[in-house]
Amino acid sequence: MATFKLNINGKIREIEADEDMPILWALRDQCDLVGTKYGCGIAQCGACTIHLDGDAIRSCSYPISRVGDKKITTIEGLSEKGDHPLQEAWKALDVPQCGYCQAGQIMTAAAFLKENKNPSEQEVEDAMHANICRCGTYNRIKKAVLEASKNL
Amino acid sequence: MKVENKHTSRRNFLKVSMATAGGFMVGFNFIGCKNETAQVKVLKDLPSKWVDFDAYIKIGDTGWVTILSQNPEIGQNIKTSMPMIVAEELDVSWSDVMVEQAPLNTEWYERQVAGGSQSIRQGWNTLRTAGAKVRHMLIAAAAQQWEVDPKDCTTSEGKVIHGEQSLTYGELAEAAGKMTAPEEVKLKDPKDFKIIGKSQTNVDMDGVLTGKPLFGLDYKKEGMVYAVVLRPPAFGQVLETVDDAEARKVIGVIDVVQFGDKVAVIGNNTWAAMKGKKALKAKWNQKDKAEDSAYHTQVLMEHLQKKTKEAKREDGNVEKAFAEADQIIERTYEAPFLPHNCMEPMNFFAEVTDEKVQLVGPIQTPAWTESRIADLLKRDAKDIHIEMTRMGGGFGRRLYGDFALEAAEISSLIKKPVKVVYSREDDMLAGIYRPASAYRFKAAIKNNELTGYHLTEAFFNGSMFGDMPSNFPCGAVENYRVDCHNIKSNVTTGAWRAPYANFLAYAEQAFIDELAETMNKDAVDFRIALLEKAKANPVGEKHNYEADKFIGVIKLAAEKSGWYQKENKHLGFSAYYSHNTYVAEVAEIKMNGDRAELEQITCAVDCGIVVNPIGAENQIEGGIIDGIGHALYGEFNFTEGHAESNNFHQYRLIRMGESPKVAIHFVESTNDPTGLGEPTLPPAGGALANALHAATKQRLYKQPFMKELKVLG
Repeated sequence: MATFKLNINGKIREIEADEDMPILWALRDQCDLVGTKYGCGIAQCGACTIHLDGDAIRSCSYPISRVGDKKITTIEGLSEKGDHPLQEAWKALDVPQCGYCQAGQIMTAAAFLKENKNPSEQEVEDAMHANICRCGTYNRIKKAVLEASKNL
Repeated sequence: MKVENKHTSRRNFLKVSMATAGGFMVGFNFIGCKNETAQVKVLKDLPSKWVDFDAYIKIGDTGWVTILSQNPEIGQNIKTSMPMIVAEELDVSWSDVMVEQAPLNTEWYERQVAGGSQSIRQGWNTLRTAGAKVRHMLIAAAAQQWEVDPKDCTTSEGKVIHGEQSLTYGELAEAAGKMTAPEEVKLKDPKDFKIIGKSQTNVDMDGVLTGKPLFGLDYKKEGMVYAVVLRPPAFGQVLETVDDAEARKVIGVIDVVQFGDKVAVIGNNTWAAMKGKKALKAKWNQKDKAEDSAYHTQVLMEHLQKKTKEAKREDGNVEKAFAEADQIIERTYEAPFLPHNCMEPMNFFAEVTDEKVQLVGPIQTPAWTESRIADLLKRDAKDIHIEMTRMGGGFGRRLYGDFALEAAEISSLIKKPVKVVYSREDDMLAGIYRPASAYRFKAAIKNNELTGYHLTEAFFNGSMFGDMPSNFPCGAVENYRVDCHNIKSNVTTGAWRAPYANFLAYAEQAFIDELAETMNKDAVDFRIALLEKAKANPVGEKHNYEADKFIGVIKLAAEKSGWYQKENKHLGFSAYYSHNTYVAEVAEIKMNGDRAELEQITCAVDCGIVVNPIGAENQIEGGIIDGIGHALYGEFNFTEGHAESNNFHQYRLIRMGESPKVAIHFVESTNDPTGLGEPTLPPAGGALANALHAATKQRLYKQPFMKELKVLG
């Protein structure tokens, strides 16, 4: 057991945890930030995607001891008022069905749009390939990412 | 109607409650968070009083209306569309409505179930009546105050109006609550609908997009611990011994308890419990047969050749038709077991005390689960309280409350509030799978007409039920027979999105396509001719479809897809009626070098009145993509009694780049609405298989197609 000081959504949080605990569980069980979802535990579905210094990572497979002073951003901290262009586009197109994978989809898309502000449809498909949606909302997600890219 | 009577008799339930912050919100006790949607609205305009009208409606003195959504939300969007129906008849502005998930309440509600695409269809009249009755009471209150005839009053957007004067529902709520609910009430003419038929976004949208605790896995309660359960690794196995010494050493592990053939590791966080479970050393004993996929295939194929004791349906005499046929076509189609793979793994919260049993979580069948838990714990059902969270997918898996029973049993053993959490591996390995099955179709052709049709089903742990044996082309063929073999397997099985139809539709529609080709008939014209025959001169007793509605979607899909101008296109047609909804789909394949790519599905749907178009289209598209994905990639094999795939690196689900475009066309209708959670999935596999045949001349007889056809890459 060790103590970690993490910068989560701009706030410093002190967390006591086993060194190999993935950040996912620190966020969910210890910080009450449950927007980041558990889907597979092996970085295969993307439901747990968060940002570490702006890069999209799979929090289910990233031990808390490796975070150091890197800044963590979760869906709860993506925008102050829930009005990131991606969140707005998701609302306008009524993207979610069950909604469980959507935070991970948005976090993946947000990191991608920072790198590529004017993506093609193919580039969106490639960037989002590793995020699974069992409900099959992919076409709306793609459209929403393209819409959001116009409003960055 | 039963429910209406209950509402009337519920007048004694009427109460005027003082609102406290959050007092009218979803009852979930999420630490650190309340229902955000409600909170935002409360800050705008806090009512000081709420009046409960019936099981569905509460009106605040400032005009906010809370509508309770009775059925579980699994992503089918009924938490938005069912309250829309109530709001329509109440005649309130949708922007003044808050939606609250109702808990299980068997006195207030009928059929609190998510299954069979029945919520909207079966709720339609009850929900409309609930809204209309309260509207009537509001009018009565206003008329009394104005001393006018209620007949001269109208309503609009949360106001009762009489000439120049008007009162808001908020102003009338308390007086209206004292009025007697009418026995009978007139419902709106569908042409006057203002909310129904207009797209409304998901009521949980803000929570979903900002990470609020909406799902079972997000639920927390003070003092709650986490349980991860070790279950037999193979079907047919029982627990012999378990050594938990290493598990107990894991930081964060609190306890280890055995129940039946399972061992629960209790932790103060999920990770600790998961790690503890991995450290358990268990010995298992193979008590029952260790089945494998080769065995499953062999048994299914053997049964297809066997005679049954009795046909499920028989019109005419198929044997005679085959004896007299010019040509007989016989084809067999095979389907694998499939896991559900809800994105939110199974989980449930339970707190069992001497006073009561509190359960919270994602469940499609709360009432059934309540009675099973009452039996399990030997408790009175009235001690058991179930609250339903939003679900990260259901697809049939959450019909079976096995995970809730585990939570209840563990809580009763450790005497603590506990949440059972499945790892993805637990979820995929301890499933209640769509069973493997095989269908044999045999058709007699004489004078280039279909004269005999014999369908034989071989299925593990079940047989097609209800009126399914009277599916198309029943009614259109003189000699028609269906036989079913229900074969026992120790692999746990159950419903999976559009049970039976999810594979049978593909098999049937691929076979129909092959028959049309054999008879040199156009695949669409052939279907329409059969349906015209079933309409004009039906064979045998009632078949389960209305020919005109079926023809309607077939013609619409043919027209919109350019079916009759398809010279240079590779199109595949499929049409299926299931869950009371008619669907036709046309798949278009484009060859990219030697690779076949699914470009688009054109879909025509007759689901009666479309309650919420933007949500309906989401269901339609999702069902199609899900159907295409599983037809292409769904592979799930068994070795020595255990599944070979345990996570998404070994089980392929369709991805964004593999999803076709979907063009949706509704048949305009004023008929009562039917459901959409399932009906567009069944025809998708057939449309794809038939389009692949158009492109490659290869027929597909087995799912997943990926394994059968090289051009799919």
